[in-house]
Amino acid sequence: MKILLLAKLFASDFTKQKKKITLTVLALTWGTVAIVMLLAFGEGMTRQLRKARSGLGGPIVILWGGETTIPYEGLRRGREIRFMDEDVELLKKSIPEIELISGEYSRWGRTLEYKDKTISEHLTGVYPSFEQMRAHIAQKGGRFLNELDMKNRRRVIFLGHELKEKLFGQEEAVGKTLLLDNIPFTVIGVMVDKMQMGMYHGPDVNTATIPATTFKAIYTQRWPYLSNIVYQPRDPKRVKHVEREVFRVLGKKYKFDPEDDRALWFWDVIEGRKIFDKILLGIQVFLGIMGGLTLMIAGVGVANIMYVTVRRRTKEIGIKLALGARRGYIMWQFLLEAIAISAFGGAMGMTTSFTITKILEKIPVKEEGLQWLGKPVISAEIALLTAVALGIVGVASGYFPSLRASKLDPVESLRYE
Amino acid sequence: MIRMKSIWRVYDTGKVKVEALRNIDLFIQPNEFISIMGPSGSGKSTLMNIIGCLDVPTGGNYALEGKEVSKLHPNQLAEIRNRKMGFVFQNFNLLNYASVYENVELPLIFAGLSFRKRRKRVEEMLDRVGLVERRNHLPSELSGGEMQRIAIARALVNNPSIILADEPTGNLDSVTGKEIINIFEELWSQGNTVVMITHDPEISSRTKRIIKLKDGMIENDEKNHHNHQ
Ligand SMILES: Nc1ncnc2c1ncn2[C@@H]1O[C@H](COP(=O)(O)OP(=O)(O)OP(=O)(O)O)[C@@H](O)[C@H]1O
Ligand SMILES: [Mg+2]
Repeated sequence: MKILLLAKLFASDFTKQKKKITLTVLALTWGTVAIVMLLAFGEGMTRQLRKARSGLGGPIVILWGGETTIPYEGLRRGREIRFMDEDVELLKKSIPEIELISGEYSRWGRTLEYKDKTISEHLTGVYPSFEQMRAHIAQKGGRFLNELDMKNRRRVIFLGHELKEKLFGQEEAVGKTLLLDNIPFTVIGVMVDKMQMGMYHGPDVNTATIPATTFKAIYTQRWPYLSNIVYQPRDPKRVKHVEREVFRVLGKKYKFDPEDDRALWFWDVIEGRKIFDKILLGIQVFLGIMGGLTLMIAGVGVANIMYVTVRRRTKEIGIKLALGARRGYIMWQFLLEAIAISAFGGAMGMTTSFTITKILEKIPVKEEGLQWLGKPVISAEIALLTAVALGIVGVASGYFPSLRASKLDPVESLRYE
Repeated sequence: MIRMKSIWRVYDTGKVKVEALRNIDLFIQPNEFISIMGPSGSGKSTLMNIIGCLDVPTGGNYALEGKEVSKLHPNQLAEIRNRKMGFVFQNFNLLNYASVYENVELPLIFAGLSFRKRRKRVEEMLDRVGLVERRNHLPSELSGGEMQRIAIARALVNNPSIILADEPTGNLDSVTGKEIINIFEELWSQGNTVVMITHDPEISSRTKRIIKLKDGMIENDEKNHHNHQ
C-alpha cells in the first residue's frame, strides 16, 4: 500500500508537471549517455592503444650508439660510437640486472623471392630473446628463432604477418624455402598479426627476421656494426640504474666519459609507458568530468522540479503532519521521488548507451585512423561510476527541496491553498 | 487531561505583533463535549491547533496528560498527533489523489501498523461511518457529508483520546451538518473527548460546555445547562 501510494503521488505529480518531468528525464538520459559514452570511448581507445603498444613488446630499453661530445682521455669529441656483436656479450656478463638482451642487425631493401613473387623488404638479424622482448610470437604451426639456429647459423627466416601475405598469399609458408638475396632460406614461422604503436625500424608485420649469427656471416663484410641493442632489465623500476651501468661498461670499452649522455641513445619504453598511461588516464578523467557536468545540469533540473512539487503539495504536507507524519517521512517521500526521476533517466541513458555500443560493435572498421580509436567499451567500472554519479545527482538534487518540505510548519501548510 | 496555564500565542509578522491568544487558562477533563465559539479572528483555531500539538504556544505551560508539551521534540509531537489527536477540518482535507480507503489508512501508516492490522482497522472505521462500499472511490466522487464522514473515520482510526474539529459543519448544509454532529455526540457518549469550533448556536447548544473567545481571551466558559439530551 505504501509503495502504491508513493507511486500514485508520483503519477499525480507527473500529470501536473508532464512537460517539465519529461524534459528533465531527457536531460538525465542525455547526461547519462554523455558520461557513459565518453567514458566508454575513452576505455575503448585505452584498450586499443594498450594493445597496440604491446605490439612493440615488453618492458624494454632500446639502445643506440651516439656521438661523443666531451673529449676523453686524449680522444677528440665527435667520435661515433658503433656497437659490435661482442658488446652484447659484454653487457650481459657485466650487468647481472639485465635479464634479456639482444643485438639487432638491420638492412633495408633486401630481396625476397618466392615462386614468381619478388619483393624488397626490411631484414633484421636478432637473438631468440626477441620472442619475449619484442613480442615476436609465431602463429600456430611455426616457431621463432632458437639457440640451435644461432649456433649453427642456420638459414632460417621468420616473417612478419603482412610480408607473408605478400609472398605466399593464402599458401602455407612454414617449411617452404624462399630466396633471400638469392640465398635459400627456410621459413620457420610467421608472426601473429599485431597492432604496433612505437617502432624504430619498419613495422614488424613487414619485417623478415633471421638469426644474428647468420646475418653476421652474410651481411657484415662491409659494415660490421649492430644497428642497436635491445635489453630488458630484471626490475623495471631499476631501469635508470641499469642505464648508468650501461654507460659505465660501454664508456670503459669505447673510452667515453660516463657523463657524456650523447654518447649513447636510450629509448626507455618503460618510462614512455608510464607517461602514456598518465595521458590516457587524463583523457578519461577529462571525458568523465565533461559527462559529469552534463549530469549536474540535469540534476539542477531535478531540483527545480522538486521545489515546484514541494510548493504544489504544501497542503498535502500539512495534512500529513496533522495526521502524525514525522518530518523524516515527508523528507523521504520527496527524496525518493527525486531519486526515482534520476533512476528513470539513468536507466534510459544506460539502455541507450548499451544499444549504441552494441550497434558500433557490429560496424566493421577498415579505416586505419579509426582503428586506433577502437570501439567504445562499457566496462563494469564505467557502469558503476555512472550509477554512483546518478545516485549522487538524485540525492543531491532531491535533498534540499525535501529538507524544505520536511521543515514546513504544519499550521501554515494546512492554510496553504 | 489538558491543563493550560497562561498560554500566549503571539505571531511576529515583522511590523506588528499579533496576539492571537492572550493569557489563556484552560482545563479539559476526559470525556468532555466542548464547543468553542467566538467572532472571527478571536483565536479559536489557534487555540485548537495548540491543543492538538500542531502549534506550540509562545508563552505559558501546556501539560497533556501531565507531560509538558513545549519541551517535546517535533517527532514526539507528531506521535501525539498521530496517537492521541484526531483532527477534523472544515474543508475535509482529504488527499484527492488517494482513495477513500487510503485516506483513512494514512494515520495507521504513520503509526507503523502492519498491512493486515491496517486493513482491519480501516474497514471497521468505514463501517462505522457507513461508507464501506465507497472504499475505492476518490474523494471527488463523494458528497460533502460523505467526505466529512471519511475525514472523521480518518481522525478516529488510531483511537485518539481527543477529537478536534474546526468548524466541521461549516461547508455542509444544515441537515448534513446535524448528521455529523450526531456522530460526534455518539463518540462522546462512547467516552471520547470532543472539542469543536462552531459559529452555530444550535450546534453548540448540543455540547456540554461552551467556551467563548474574544480577542484572544476566554470571555466565557460555562457548563451548558440548556442542552436537551
Ligand atoms: N500565521 C499567522 N500570522 C499572523 N497572524 C496570524 C496567523 N495565524 C493567525 N493569525 C491571527 O491570529 C488571530 C487569530 O486567528 P484564528 O485563526 O485563531 O482565528 P479564528 O478565531 O479561528 O477565526 P475564524 O473564525 O475566522 O476561523 C487572527 O487575528 C489572525 O489574523
Ligand atoms: Mg478558525
